[in-house]
Parts: sequence; structure tokens; C-alpha cells
Amino acid sequence: MQTAHQSAPDKRDRGGAAQPLLIVENLRKHFPVRGGLLNRQIATVQAVDDVSFSVRKGETLGIVGESGCGKSTTARLLMNLIKPDAGTTIFDGDGVGEAGGITVTALRRQMQMVFQDSYSSLNPRLTMVESIAYAPRMHGLPAREATRRAESLLAQVGLNPAQFGRRYPHELSGGQRQRVNIARALALEPRLVIFDEAVSALDKSVEAQVLNLLNELKARLNLTYLFISHDLNVVEYISDRVLVMYLGRVVETGPATEIYSRPRHPYTRALLASKPTLDPDRRTTVLPLTGDPPNPINPPSGCRFRTRCAYAQPRCAEIVPPLAAPLDTLAGAEPEHLVACIVPEAQAAAEIVHAA
Amino acid sequence: MSDITTANIAALGQIAPAQANQGYWTAVWRRLRRDPVTIIVTLILLAIILISVFAPLVTSYDPYAGSVLRRLKPIGTPGHWLGTDETGRDLWTRLAYGGRLSLLAGVAPVIVALIIGGMLGITAGFMGGIVGTLIMRTMDVFYAFPSILLAIAICGLLGNGLTNSLIALAVVFIPPMVRISETVTTQARHLDFVEAARASGTTTSQIIRHHVLSNVLGPILVYATSLISISIILSAGLSFLGLGVAPPQPEWGLMLNSLRQAIYVQPYVAALPGLMIFITSMCFNLVSDGFRSAMDVRLNK
Amino acid sequence: MLIFAGRRLLQAIPILFGVTLVIFGLVHIAPGNPIDMLMPPEASPEIIAQMKAAYGFDKPLHIQYLRWLGRAMTGDFGLSVFNSAAVFGQLVTALGNTLVLALLAALLGFSLGIGLGLVAALHHGRWLDKLLSAIATAGVSLPHYWTAIVLVLFFAVFRDWLPAQGMGDDALPLYQRLEYLVLPVITLSLIPMGVIGRMVRATVLDILNQDFIGALTAKGLTRGPVLRHVVKNAAPPVLALMGLQFGYLLGGSILIETVYNWPGTGNLLNLAIFRRDIPVLQATILVLATFFVLLNLLVDIAQAAIDPRIRR
Repeated sequence: MQTAHQSAPDKRDRGGAAQPLLIVENLRKHFPVRGGLLNRQIATVQAVDDVSFSVRKGETLGIVGESGCGKSTTARLLMNLIKPDAGTTIFDGDGVGEAGGITVTALRRQMQMVFQDSYSSLNPRLTMVESIAYAPRMHGLPAREATRRAESLLAQVGLNPAQFGRRYPHELSGGQRQRVNIARALALEPRLVIFDEAVSALDKSVEAQVLNLLNELKARLNLTYLFISHDLNVVEYISDRVLVMYLGRVVETGPATEIYSRPRHPYTRALLASKPTLDPDRRTTVLPLTGDPPNPINPPSGCRFRTRCAYAQPRCAEIVPPLAAPLDTLAGAEPEHLVACIVPEAQAAAEIVHAA
Repeated sequence: MSDITTANIAALGQIAPAQANQGYWTAVWRRLRRDPVTIIVTLILLAIILISVFAPLVTSYDPYAGSVLRRLKPIGTPGHWLGTDETGRDLWTRLAYGGRLSLLAGVAPVIVALIIGGMLGITAGFMGGIVGTLIMRTMDVFYAFPSILLAIAICGLLGNGLTNSLIALAVVFIPPMVRISETVTTQARHLDFVEAARASGTTTSQIIRHHVLSNVLGPILVYATSLISISIILSAGLSFLGLGVAPPQPEWGLMLNSLRQAIYVQPYVAALPGLMIFITSMCFNLVSDGFRSAMDVRLNK
Repeated sequence: MLIFAGRRLLQAIPILFGVTLVIFGLVHIAPGNPIDMLMPPEASPEIIAQMKAAYGFDKPLHIQYLRWLGRAMTGDFGLSVFNSAAVFGQLVTALGNTLVLALLAALLGFSLGIGLGLVAALHHGRWLDKLLSAIATAGVSLPHYWTAIVLVLFFAVFRDWLPAQGMGDDALPLYQRLEYLVLPVITLSLIPMGVIGRMVRATVLDILNQDFIGALTAKGLTRGPVLRHVVKNAAPPVLALMGLQFGYLLGGSILIETVYNWPGTGNLLNLAIFRRDIPVLQATILVLATFFVLLNLLVDIAQAAIDPRIRR
């Protein structure tokens, strides 16, 4: 049934296949913390600090990290729901909000977002069809056509429009609502969809169905995904490449298979070690992470992970480790695999030791 | 994505185009119908309103014409089933006509406060920042006066009369109205669906009209109805003090005041206007409670 | 905690400043110069001018405001236009009388309301709940000036049990003077009883429905300890409402004081309005509003002391 979008290049494509769809450079957002007698600003939360990455056309980039690491803030910054303090965003070669570039309004037609809370992201006073048809109508599509598009989208996300179209949010299950949210995000025919913990609140069985739906939609509609989650298994399943964040900074990035089989950053390793598994042969012996991340109001100097790192050295406190190729070029090193760590031993203990 | 499930779309032809808010209000109506107290109270209230509006039809007496010969007759007097007041006017007639001013003086300030306070509060809640702070801090100043005190002060200084009593009460009710509207709007503004609408390029005015208002108006209206009861008590109270409607106009608070001296002669007759204030105010309270529980679809689950 | 208290204190200052502006503004929006209203029509222009100068009404508005504000801060509210007595003295006596009334009414109303709300919530849905809820709603709906009249009717007219008016002679023994308090206090306490009762019921029901109460019950805690958790969680919002209500009692006593002829601030204010005694009027409102602001400040701090989440 799908023909139009399947393989033909998108008419909106400007830079060609080699041009990354999204390039983010030095994105930064610090939130002020007020207090004291006069309610002055007394500190800042460095929610996102100098984050750079790119998303290629047609790929899924996963972002993982513990809660509070700046994943969701990054998503909101990209959608311009909050204003970044610094940094540039380039969408398909056009600078966002720059002269001669692409405006925020135009960007929002090509980039959409699915939120975590399936209930609160739907207006309780609108039916499913109305919610999905809303944005296209606001962009000038006639009511009848917007409704038709909404119904077609409902069918595409696996909900019978005749059955669900006129229901209200409280009449649907969480999984069904999240399908509607996906349909809503697709209503403007975006090229990039950001999923901010979009499946985290769902039951495991429903989650799997929704993930499969996402893969299916991506192939059918030629989409690019930015997938944010704290769930390592989900990110591994869906992502082509992975970005690991810790306290507002990127600590490691690379192809998903590389990151999961040969993590280089001690944090990534610890994170993977704490990943739950049902396979008794894969139980790990690596020490899992203990304790909470440090307070983001006063993050540690230098490498922010050093306070929880077994390999930390005095110089870790002095230099902010740059995101670079691993220090030891192990055999078959992947050029795209970058890690923000300056201690060779920390990176060398690369293999996860499994209890046999 | 246009060519999928042609069959489905054909089937959809039978479904009428969806109507906004229908589901929510039908649900509210269904719950209201199952609440006998609210229904009975609403009927009583309707009766009071109808009797006041059509006062000339329920009595043949002139509300202003008294007679020295028929002063302070007790309840049950032939021709005057609720007795007469201190100048011999038929009390039933006075009460029926009095409802007009009492209801007007009680309801109108709330409507004025709803419009002005609602607008200010929604603006403050949605815009936040300096504008929001400015509005809310100004309201804090008015909040510093106990409500009756503020109403009495305004009325006392502007002079008595219906308009001034209306102004005074509106000023009293605007700050709480602003506060409630600001709170619910701030809550609604941070819900994901508002963010989602913003993310799909919806303009601010569209977001306010389509997403914020529809979710915020319910709680604001319920709060406003809960103020009517207090407003009726206060407006009649102002008249009772001689700060509201001027004699010889029929108004319950004023009637209560002028009959006060007759309490030793005809205690039951003298208490009647106050009873009317009490019943009306109680009815408004119960109706408001009924609506509140019927409309209790909370913003966040 | 100290920082929170300090910050709230600082926030109260602009509010109080605003209050003085509003009061002063109101008086001067009102039609008619206070002196013109008082002087007999045959008074010569010279005498009127003299009087205006004596009371400072001849100066420009902002000067009048600053002078009034400056003196008010030292407790000097000038002289009554009506009887040339110092406003301060009259106000202190009246405020004392009103406070006695309001404090007793608050004590009675709050305790009745809390008890009523708690019992209703714990019997949720049963007939006792419905009865108590109806009583509370009636309390909220009562026009208290009418309640006053009805109570006088029953206890002073039909039965000569209690005095109907005034506060008794200073020479009377204490228990007899207390009799004068009974009716006004009961009348005044019905509203806070209703308001607090409804609020306590709703808050307690809300808390009882929360997960952690279920967890406590599941842990096998008996009713007593569970109730202690409920009270701890219900206290801050109820406390806030009590603060507001006490303020309303101070202001709302004007109607009651008129019916019972109780010589408090309400009575003073009422007289001042009808005599257009501007200095008395301004001072009374200012003192009551200041009292109300400080009271809410105390309540905020008390709330923060109970519930750390409020200290933002």
C-alpha cells in the first residue's frame, strides 16, 4: 500500500545523502538556581554543557544516560521549546534561526517529538482524530482533509479509525495513547522524530509492539529518529548509533554494536554492567554503579565522572576530557567510536568480563 | 500516506464529523443527572429566579405602596400570607420583587470579576515573567484586605447605591479569581500537550484558545459559582449596613435592616428576608458543589 | 528556615506599602472634601479654609500622603474629624474589643470545624458524613448578620437568657460580662466552622485516598498512627486557611458588631463611614489590613516549619 515515500528521495532533501540531517554543535543550557534572602541567582544547574553530535539521514541515534543527565533537556532544546544559552543547530545544511537558514517555525514542521507521558501529551478535551488533525489544520489544511489524514495515520499506527477516532484520551490504554501520540507527531510529515522516553512508561509487551511499529514506520516513511531513553536494552534494540550522556556531557559515542560490545568509557561500562539480563551466563562481575550522580549544581571539575570512577587520577580533576578516538587503537577500532576519557587503563579494560 | 486503508475511510463516511468537547460535557451532564441534591437545589434556585423576574405575575400588590392600617401583620393574615412590613407593604410582594435586586447585586459582581480576573489570571499564568509578576503582586496588595473590610471601605467611600456596591464586590472578588486562573493556567501550560502543540508550530493565541482555555475554563467557572453564595451574603450585608441599595427599593438585606426594629412585634416576619438570603446562598453553594464534583476531570489524571 | 522567614518578611514590605497607597487612594477618589461635608452650609469660606489647613487637607495630594504615612508609622493617626479625639486611643480600645471577639470565635469555630471535618471524612459516604457536611455548608451559607438577629430572637427575646446588645458595664462582675460575649462569639464562629469543616473533610479524604496511607494500613498500622500521618499532612493547608479566616473574622465582625452594638473596630468603622470621619476610617482599615498581612506572614512561616516542602 505504501508507495510514495518508500524509496524515492524526499523532495525536501537539500544536502543529499551525505549531509547529516541534524548537526548540533556546542549546545549549552544552564538553569539558574535562585535562593537566599533576596532570591538572587546563587548557582546554576549545568543541564546541558557543550554537547555536539550529528544525526545522519535515515538512521536512529539513541541517547542513553541516568535520569538527570540532560537527555530530555537536549530534546527540548532541539525543538526550541526552551532557548539554548549557546550552540548551533544545523538542519539538513541550514542553520536554524540564522539568516539564510531555516526558521524555527519551518523546522518544527520537519522535526517532531513524542513525549513520555502519553496521557498528559493529549488534550483531554479533544478526540483522537481532532488531536492528530489539529496541527495540520493550524497549518492551513482544510478540515475535511486534515480529518482524513488523521484517520489514515491512525490506521498506520495500528488503530482502527472507526473504533478509536472519536474516543477521548481517558478511554484508551497507555499503549494506544502512545500510538496516537506517534500518529500526531507524524501528522505534519516530519523528517526527524524525537522520542523522549516515549516507551518508558509502557508495559514490556506493549513496549515491544510499539518499538516494532516505530521501525516499520521509519522504513515506510523514510524517517530519521532521535531516540532518548534510560533503558539500555531498548536503545540497543532500536539504535544504529548511540550517544552516552553523563551530567550534561557526552562521554561516549559510536555505533550501537561497538558501544555495547566494547564500551570504552568506565561510565558506559558500569552502566552496561547494571543492565538487567535474564541470561544466567551473562551475569557480570564488573562492579555496577553505586550511588547517585553528583549534584549537577556543582559538578566535579574536569571529568565529571571521576568521583565515581575506579580509575580516576589527579589529572582527571584538571582537564575536561575531549571526545576523541580511544587512546589505544585496539585491533579493528571503529573510527566513529569516540570516548571522553584520558586514562588509558580505564579505556583498556574494554571487554566486559562475563562469568562463564 | 494518503492511500492506505481505503476501506476504512469508506466506513468512516458514516461517522459525523467530531465535535469539540462533546464527550466531556456529555459526561458532566450524565453525572449531574444522577445527583438528586443538585437537581432539587437547581429547581429551587430556578423557582426563586423566576418568581423574582416575573414578580408582577405572582402578586397583585405594589411593592412600594404601604398602609398605616395594615402595619406588621403576622404570617397567615388573609390577603397577606407572609404578613406585612413596618409600613404595611405586603411582604410576599416585597420578597418577590426584592429577589431582583438581591440576585443582581449578588451575581453581577461575580460575573464582572470572572471576566476581568479570569483574563488577568490567564494572561499572568500563560505569560509568566514580568507581566505575570506585576499582575500577581498587585493582587497581593488587594489580598491584604479582609474581603468584607475592603467592600465596606470602597462602598462607604464611594457612597451608597447599587452600582457602587457592585464595584466594591467586584474589586473584592477579582484577586481570588486572578489567583485561581493563574494557578490552573500555569498548570495547563506545562502539560505535554501544550508543549506538543507548540512543537508543531501552533501560534500562542491558537494554543490559548484551543488548548489552554478549554481545559482551564471548567475549574475557573466552578470557582466563580462558589463565589456567588458569598457575593449574595456580602451584597445583602452592604445593604443591611445602609451602604447598598437605598430605601424604599425592595432588597432583602435592606428589608432585613428595616424590619430589625420589628423583631419584638413580629419576629417571624422580621426574619423572613434573612431566610431568603440564607436559602439562596445555600442553594448556590450546593449547586456549585454539585458542578464541582460532576466536572472533576482533573487536568493531570 | 531563617532565610525563608526573612524573605517572607521582605515580601510583606511592598505589600504593606501598596496597602497604604490603596487606602489613601480610595479616600481621595471618593467624592467630596471631608471638611466640606462636615461644615454647616452657613460657615464662611475663611473658617472652612482654616479648618482645612488645621487638618492638612489644603496641601497637594502627595504631600498629604507622605505626611499621613510618616505619622501613621509612629502610631499617630491624627484627630477624629468628628469629635477631635485622638484616633489612636479610640482605635486601640476598639481593636482590643474586636480581638477578644475574633479570638474566641476563632477558637470555637476552628475546633468545631476540625472536629466536624474529621468525623465526616472518617465516616465518608455514610449518613453522619452527609449530616455534618450539610451543617458545614449551612455554616458557610449563613448571612451572619441574620444569624445574629435570629439568635437574639431566641435567646434574648423569646427567653431572657442572654443580653442582646453591648458589652456590659465595666462595673459588672466578670461572669456577667462574659454573658455579653456568648451570642456574638457563637454567631461569628459559624462561618469558620463551616469553611474549616469543609476544607478539613476534603483534605483528609484526599490524603486517605493516597497510596502511602494504603501502605501504612497494609503495614498493619492501626487507626491511631495512621491518623497521625493524616493530621501531619493535612495541617499546612488547614493552617493557611485558618490564617485567612481569622482575618475575615476581624473584618467580618463589622456586621456582627453593628447588630450586637459591640464597641469594636467594626462599629468604629461603621460610625466613621456615616460621619465621613476620614482619619478614623483610614486608620481603622490600615490597622486591620496590617494585622491581616502580619498574620498571614506568621501562618506562612508556621506552615514552612511544619512542612519543609513549602520552603522554596
